[in-house]
Amino acid sequence: MSGFSVRQPGLLSLLHDRGRYGAHKLGLTTGGPLDFIAFDWANRLLGNDANATCLEVSFGGLALQAELDTSFVITGATAPCKLNGNPVEQWCSASIKTGDLLEIGFASCGTRVYLAVSGGFDIAPSFGSSSTVLREKIGGLTGDKLQAGDHLPCTARRLSQAYCLPEAERPDYAAEVSLRVVPGYQQAAFNATQQWRFFNSEYRLTDRCDRMGFRLEGENVHSDIVGMLSEGICHGAIQIPADGQPIVLMNDRQTIGGYPKIGSVIPLDTSRLAQLSPGAGVCFEAIGIEQAHSIHTLARARFQRSQPQPC
Amino acid sequence: MRIEIAGQNAFIVYFAEQTSAAVSAQIQAAVDNILASMGETIIDLVPSYASLLVLFDLDRSDPFKVRQLLRAALSNLDVVDASAGNLVTLPVYYSLESGPDLELVAERGGINVEAVIEIHQQQEYRVYAIGFAPGFAYLGEVDERIAAPRLSTPRQKVPRGAVAIADRQTAVYPAVSPGGWNLIGLCPQRMFDLAADPIMPVKVGDRIRFSAIDREQFLAQGGEL
Repeated sequence: MSGFSVRQPGLLSLLHDRGRYGAHKLGLTTGGPLDFIAFDWANRLLGNDANATCLEVSFGGLALQAELDTSFVITGATAPCKLNGNPVEQWCSASIKTGDLLEIGFASCGTRVYLAVSGGFDIAPSFGSSSTVLREKIGGLTGDKLQAGDHLPCTARRLSQAYCLPEAERPDYAAEVSLRVVPGYQQAAFNATQQWRFFNSEYRLTDRCDRMGFRLEGENVHSDIVGMLSEGICHGAIQIPADGQPIVLMNDRQTIGGYPKIGSVIPLDTSRLAQLSPGAGVCFEAIGIEQAHSIHTLARARFQRSQPQPC
Repeated sequence: MRIEIAGQNAFIVYFAEQTSAAVSAQIQAAVDNILASMGETIIDLVPSYASLLVLFDLDRSDPFKVRQLLRAALSNLDVVDASAGNLVTLPVYYSLESGPDLELVAERGGINVEAVIEIHQQQEYRVYAIGFAPGFAYLGEVDERIAAPRLSTPRQKVPRGAVAIADRQTAVYPAVSPGGWNLIGLCPQRMFDLAADPIMPVKVGDRIRFSAIDREQFLAQGGEL
């Protein structure tokens, strides 16, 4: 099958669909795009299936050569994107033909760039998903990040009409981020003072942020728990180990663990967190599960209602 | 039993404060009931020592409905005999060569190395949880005489098949990984093999026994030193 050949793989480029579900019983994690918002838009702008496989390019540095005529779109972090040396607008679908060189430079605002192609990359699923999880060596082409010389198969499907997401509807990766948290798990073991401190302090991203978890630093927060049994960890869970510094557990987290958790960041906001760089500040805001559900439903409705503009 | 919120699309059910074979059997029954009655609403489940994490699809349901369905699914659990899981015997080459922490574990328990090996094989363990890494099964509980805390400095590289102890848990490392458990032997049986059917020889709720093999048997069964 034709597709794209990888000239430069970039620092960390991974193939992902929306994630691996139903495989926790084997100890497998979910994977999937760190920024669901940008990922979903990439597929939507090409009229792809919502679960079609895209490329998550962390930080940038990717160069691909087309071996077919098709359409593509680049969403997510702002990065200089070029087609045969000419600038390409992000959040707008465009055509590419055999021999063309597509380059994604290093991100200047945000950290995760998404590249979708018409129909999605054609990757055989492992345990029901194409998502690449490096520490499990599962998903993608061979369970690894993209390498120079890799071949990304897809089907030639050039769209006659290009679409853009209006600028006003694109995420602003420079904006302040307040992470909305549904309190839960061992929340009751954090006394009122500790909770006040957690929800009223600013935390900064350390340089130890990866697809497993984002380690933050700031005010120490402590629970009354001395030892607890390991239990299932959901996406966005905020684990607070003995050093009092929170870790937001992301897509490639371990599925079970034994540290106290104060609650979980909603997926809309882990998408925002994933676009931040070390040193960036974030705050946490507690919301009820009812409100979280309303926020989710509203975001879904808005996504359905938003109409990409023909361009 | 109590149901707590874990996240926007997750509840965690706590069955008890401590783990036991009876609690584990109850969790297994809950898994069966939930899958049977809540079907497509559920996107994944994570059973562990004394809890069950329930992840649901926000686009198919909502937290109110899910909590209600969960209560119903948990209200009439048909708990089968705690010894009903499959019995799986895993061969282990116990030796100072394959188990670099055997002496440490022995010293801690005030017994000799032979006794550690003997005691580790004496009982049946239960698979309480699978996680940490693909195919990593947490087995409990080991005799107090061979219980040993995690190493203060974890190893960078634990070999595949390493049989290990941490506190009152024991496990077989399914792949090379970093790890802080005490290593007492090597098991030639693959714990996570994409080419095998089933991929894992054990599942949550199964019973495990360890049985000593010698160096030749270990190598003959595909073990690597």
